[in-house]
Amino acid sequence: MADSAGAPRPSSSVKLVLLGEAAVGKSSLVLRFVNNDFQENKEPTIGAAFLTQKCNLPTRTIKFEIWDTAGQERFASLAPMYYRNAQAALVVYDLTKPTSLIKAKHWVAELQRQASPGIVIALVGNKLDLTNASAAAGGNSEDEDEESSGAAGGDGGDESGDARKISTEEAKTYAEEESLLFFETSAKTGHNVSEVFTAIANAIPETSLKSTRGPGASNAVSRGGDEQRVNLTGPRGDAAKDSCAC
Amino acid sequence: MEEIAPSYDVIVLGTGLTECILSGVLSVKGKKVLHIDRNDHYGGEAASVNLETLFKKYGNYQEGTKPWEAYGRPADWNIDLVPKLLMSSGELTNILVSTDVTRYLEFKQVAGSYVQQGTGSKATVAKVPSDATEALKSPLMGIFEKRRMKAFIEWVGTFDVKDVASHKGMDMSNCTMKDVYEKFGLEPGTRDFIGHAMALYLDDGYIDAPGKAPETIDRIRLYGNSVARYGKSPYIYPLYGLGELPQGFARLSAIYGGTYMLNANIEEIKYEGGKFSGIKATMTGVEPEMKFETKAPMILGDPSYFPDKAKVVGHVLRAICVLKHPLAGTNDADSCQLIIPQSQVGRKNDIYIACVSSAHNVCPKGYYVAIVSTIAETSANHHLELQPGIDRLGKIEEQFMGPPIPIYEPLEDGTKDNVFISKSYDATSHFETTTDDVQDIYRRCAGEELKVEGLREGVQMTEE
Repeated sequence: MADSAGAPRPSSSVKLVLLGEAAVGKSSLVLRFVNNDFQENKEPTIGAAFLTQKCNLPTRTIKFEIWDTAGQERFASLAPMYYRNAQAALVVYDLTKPTSLIKAKHWVAELQRQASPGIVIALVGNKLDLTNASAAAGGNSEDEDEESSGAAGGDGGDESGDARKISTEEAKTYAEEESLLFFETSAKTGHNVSEVFTAIANAIPETSLKSTRGPGASNAVSRGGDEQRVNLTGPRGDAAKDSCAC
Repeated sequence: MEEIAPSYDVIVLGTGLTECILSGVLSVKGKKVLHIDRNDHYGGEAASVNLETLFKKYGNYQEGTKPWEAYGRPADWNIDLVPKLLMSSGELTNILVSTDVTRYLEFKQVAGSYVQQGTGSKATVAKVPSDATEALKSPLMGIFEKRRMKAFIEWVGTFDVKDVASHKGMDMSNCTMKDVYEKFGLEPGTRDFIGHAMALYLDDGYIDAPGKAPETIDRIRLYGNSVARYGKSPYIYPLYGLGELPQGFARLSAIYGGTYMLNANIEEIKYEGGKFSGIKATMTGVEPEMKFETKAPMILGDPSYFPDKAKVVGHVLRAICVLKHPLAGTNDADSCQLIIPQSQVGRKNDIYIACVSSAHNVCPKGYYVAIVSTIAETSANHHLELQPGIDRLGKIEEQFMGPPIPIYEPLEDGTKDNVFISKSYDATSHFETTTDDVQDIYRRCAGEELKVEGLREGVQMTEE
């Protein structure tokens, strides 16, 4: 996604949090988006504070800071810090696994209760490669095989080879009721993945964007008393101020 | 719901800051950690709570009323239960930077550090001077005393414990701080704010202890270096309250594979041959409740999980107050620390006031949260002990004060039974004693010194 063109566009950081049942492919979606990569049977996420990826829009650049749950959702122990100041959330379910949509609805309710009021939420049904629709998902040459696109295997296909258990209509209707963005994706083939992030980037209101440190940042609307903010990482942070935030 | 593993390398009970730092460090070091809390939130005693929770915790309202509704959205309040600030050049800052936990948190300076001289109507509040230039301008001292103070501060800056030439002829391993003060001819009032507002001693015990002078000088330097780092005060404070700190370290642990569970009651702590062997617990708040047993060679935790293995060493008094104005005499600072040295108000222990506000996202705009604290010296009428501090606050909208809070310490060092217990958060105004405890527990349980510098190098699996 490197962009070499012309004048620098305004750049804004956006905190995006991932939510969803274990093994629905949260990390796989991000890995596809960030590295355009996919790993079969990926181990649960370890060691990453958060991943970042830029998304170039016609008028500006959005730099996503993507926070993984780090497994803290497993025993209902996700900290409030996780939702704090999140401007976007990706709520993922596995469209071959009905319980995962129930869990996704739970997370949407939790976000509406705990997160900032203006948060952009995208509901994403992953593992489209395990359904018949994947044939129509078009344009990619990757071989279809029996592997699931998440860490855990799907429930296995029915006779038609279609493992889909949640219809597009059902999830879409719910998403419309709750004013969520809605996509069906395959982290494995990459289908619709960058579209999700672009749609989120477009949906974030201009007013809620704060500029990252860098040229022009001094003109950004600052909240009162911002001059008292401190950067503990010292020289590293100072250097960032002088150079481009890229 | 997923399964708990049959065994871990370490089980940690309680998600206070001490426990969360240890979990984070042990996880980065590759240990398999299970971290449990009986509460439904992170932080234990060191949590930050909203106003509704605070009213309910203290119970100071009438049944059926909802006094918190007069104060905006409860969620806009993050009120610390333990009033502490971070020294910007202190060890906690060092640990935060070394572990990269700074990525999850934003810090702001505390706008000022103040000290009170005198009492009652004659009390004056002034900024604590941090360097020679400030000493010369300070209203805390007369003109000649200012010069003596300047000489003292300059000497502190050049002092080197290893270089006898910098000792001004004093025997630093045996002399007392009193000897040092006398050498510079400092007056009692000056000694008071040096010892209590700069070296941050809670009482006067340090003055007559032989050999204590180098430690005192180190503490004065930590204060000076901390002020020098950002300019306004030696303190920094995390946006949204201190409760963010344990959460940040818990996240560090989790991204290195630590397993977290809240809402879990520990039913039994098991021993084999006198050594810790495992726990029996139930996770509540889910349907059905999850009962489980698991094993580990060692357990860490705060004293509330091991009542028969800890002793009470003192009591702290705290009053949490909601104000609609900054503290008088602090130049309308949005945040500050004000120290009332014991001698100024006829006590043995200092009174601390820590004040933060909407500038730190701990309350809605226009409000201030001030916590007055001290060590209990009497067995009754505790509100009278805090009164000199309360007097500084002016009009108080709401006040929350419970019974004296016991401070616990473990009975044993844990090497016998592999049970390593932390100390309660003490009455100091900063986290230096907390990080001392972290290092001490780490040394005992891991058998090596804790070195946080470069901790994540080589083990970091994914980078930006």
